[in-house]
Amino acid sequence: MPAAPAAAFFDEMNVPDGGVRAGYEAISEWLKQAPRELLVNRKLEAEHFFRRIGITFNVYGDNQGTERLIPFDIVPRVLTSTEWQRLVRGLEQRMKALNAFIADSYNGREIVAAGIVPEELILQNPAFQPEMTHFTPPGGIHVHIAGIDIVRVDADTFYVLEDNARTPSGVSYMLENREAMMRLMPELFGSLRVAPVDNYPDALLETLRSLAPRSASKDPTVVLLTPGPFNSAYYEHSFLADKMGVELVEGRDLLVRDNCVYMRTTEGPRRVDVIYRRIDDDFIDPIAFNPGSMLGVPGLMSAYKSGNVTISNAIGTGVGDDKAIYSYMPEIIEFYLGEKPLLSNVPTHRCREPEALRYVLSRLHELVVKEVNGSGGYGMLVGPHATKAERDAFAAKLKAHPDDFIAQPTLALSTVPCFVDSGLAPRHVDLRPYVLCGADGVRCVPGGLTRVALKEGSLVVNSSQGGGTKDTWVVET
Amino acid sequence: MLSRMADNLYWLSRYTERAENLARILHVAQRLAALPSAYAGASNEWESAIATAACADSFKEIYPDGATRENVIRYVVDSPANPTSIKACIETARSNARAVRTAITSEMWEILNEGWNEMRGIEFDGISQSALTQFLQRVQQMSLRFDGAAYRTMLRSDQYWFQRLGTFTERADNMARLLDVKYHLLLPEKEPVGGGLDYFQWSSILRSVNALTSYHWVYRENVKPWLVADFLILRPEQPRSLISCYLELNDYLDQIAEAYGRQGPAQHIARSTTARLQNADMDQIFQSGLHEFLVEFIEDNNRLGAAITQQYLS
Repeated sequence: MPAAPAAAFFDEMNVPDGGVRAGYEAISEWLKQAPRELLVNRKLEAEHFFRRIGITFNVYGDNQGTERLIPFDIVPRVLTSTEWQRLVRGLEQRMKALNAFIADSYNGREIVAAGIVPEELILQNPAFQPEMTHFTPPGGIHVHIAGIDIVRVDADTFYVLEDNARTPSGVSYMLENREAMMRLMPELFGSLRVAPVDNYPDALLETLRSLAPRSASKDPTVVLLTPGPFNSAYYEHSFLADKMGVELVEGRDLLVRDNCVYMRTTEGPRRVDVIYRRIDDDFIDPIAFNPGSMLGVPGLMSAYKSGNVTISNAIGTGVGDDKAIYSYMPEIIEFYLGEKPLLSNVPTHRCREPEALRYVLSRLHELVVKEVNGSGGYGMLVGPHATKAERDAFAAKLKAHPDDFIAQPTLALSTVPCFVDSGLAPRHVDLRPYVLCGADGVRCVPGGLTRVALKEGSLVVNSSQGGGTKDTWVVET
Repeated sequence: MLSRMADNLYWLSRYTERAENLARILHVAQRLAALPSAYAGASNEWESAIATAACADSFKEIYPDGATRENVIRYVVDSPANPTSIKACIETARSNARAVRTAITSEMWEILNEGWNEMRGIEFDGISQSALTQFLQRVQQMSLRFDGAAYRTMLRSDQYWFQRLGTFTERADNMARLLDVKYHLLLPEKEPVGGGLDYFQWSSILRSVNALTSYHWVYRENVKPWLVADFLILRPEQPRSLISCYLELNDYLDQIAEAYGRQGPAQHIARSTTARLQNADMDQIFQSGLHEFLVEFIEDNNRLGAAITQQYLS
């Protein structure tokens, strides 16, 4: 996307008149007095720390076994506790609504009967799993772990950009970034009251244990199911298993006998009650889904439907997090909870609706058009950035398959100062807080993963495209 | 613990130990090959290095013309055709370690990771003599450090015991193979000895397991072939001897049996092999044939490996 003049964006630290926003005072002060060499040193120390512990992601299609570091920026991103409280209420509300919607999608579909969400958006959704129809997972909850992506455009406005209700990743960065910052900047932690995040693995384990099936003992066995060391998020899988003190299993470590799940141990088969899986639906059971999958466990789905094991997140939660359903979230929240949404959606035009389509076609030069089932920027048109010819070609596609697209205004994402080669400079950020929902309630540790577009002017925070991360501090003011 | 995790720990240790032994074999072959033929005897050192490395058959397929310094080093160090080259052993050990990161200590991980990174930076094509010697030394050091890190940093639980089982099963196998390749040199006391020509061969056997100095401390004698055999098979003071390996194996298998509250074929096999070594004496072994004794030992050791796999790792 094109770079707009810096003043057009909301700077989360600095006020245009030269002041500093609440929560950032101590950090701004510290940055001002810190000599450049000190910052350079801290940056190197951070890199050394991450390399030594091996927090890496694998690069696919590279048989040299390349394991890369995600760049880390040493300037923390701050949210005041007041801002955070506001966000949390909105996140909890959204989590409840997501769960209500997914449960309804696989049962009576009252929201369809009420004329709010078109039935085909549910039934024809590629993530819809007919196997789940009329099945109630343990605790009646489908989404146990969600990553809800949030962007900010001014002092008061936060938008939800995307709901991730399948197997959201990145939480290990939230934890390791904090670990690194506490080593690098002890002086700041001494003067600020930063809310801790390191209880996340405990909160996750409590959530998972609360969801154990009724057949489980009082001390249910939880495992983390990974596709294996070649998966790009393998570090995170082993990190979380280690912090929770649960076994990190692969599909071949599990077996299903008489509709119960066991893991193969040196002392013989041992019963498994809850599986925190980091494998997609399609690969989880070669009998029920993709028969070519070597990653899954034959018979797992049948054990699940017999009520003998909990799979977390439930199968088929993707029906609640695609871009078409996203546009209905405000209505979904009102329908199930009878409340006004506390967090706004980005205003979204559904091209399936004739009036919206007309509007989108007339404003292509200023909108972002996204494919409903696309991700990672694939099949997307960034209007202000595209040539006339590109827009015309896209318009033709849009007219032919309007159902496949939504459109949104180009957002002016907020910025936070980053320490880059040229010194301190504003860079665009987003935020992914992690929301947990167990049978015993919703949990959300104060913080999240702040992703930052390290290239000047860039709005793309993805690590594959020059994105980095920052530690996120929720600070008492 | 998960069987796969125990399996990974077991093999990770076997491969690290094997890499070290292969490095020692090449190291000693280099020394012997450098001696004038009047000292080194008639044997082709590279031929026996390949035999000791237990890859003679697959080697002959690729190099039908026989063993030379170049092709043996190539094959044992990094040939893609050799699934248990030093390079492959280190690769496998490191990827096993990565798959069980949570079961080993960070010290152990860092040693393997560092060794692997270092190895990846080496161009083996046309490697110089000195660079090769340095690499072989680094491999031995890596294994020593890994062993020490395991000993000093691992929690004494089944994870540690399976890691140790791998080390000693492999060490026993390697030691028996090394002796078997040279068995014709290890003659009983009564046999006439070939006029000292084999002296460097005998001492090379000791050297390849780092036991030359300790031999003198134990026997206070010149290097004599039957004593070399005695030292490396039956002496519990020698930490790499077959009996030492089996005393360790017994110990760890017993600890596992006690922790799990049951025992099985692995414990029985280990115990009977140990008893046989404890009751044997060198005269008797020479009488019924050293070669036959070693072949039988290698088979028993393989049976133990299979029993461990069956009982715990699958």
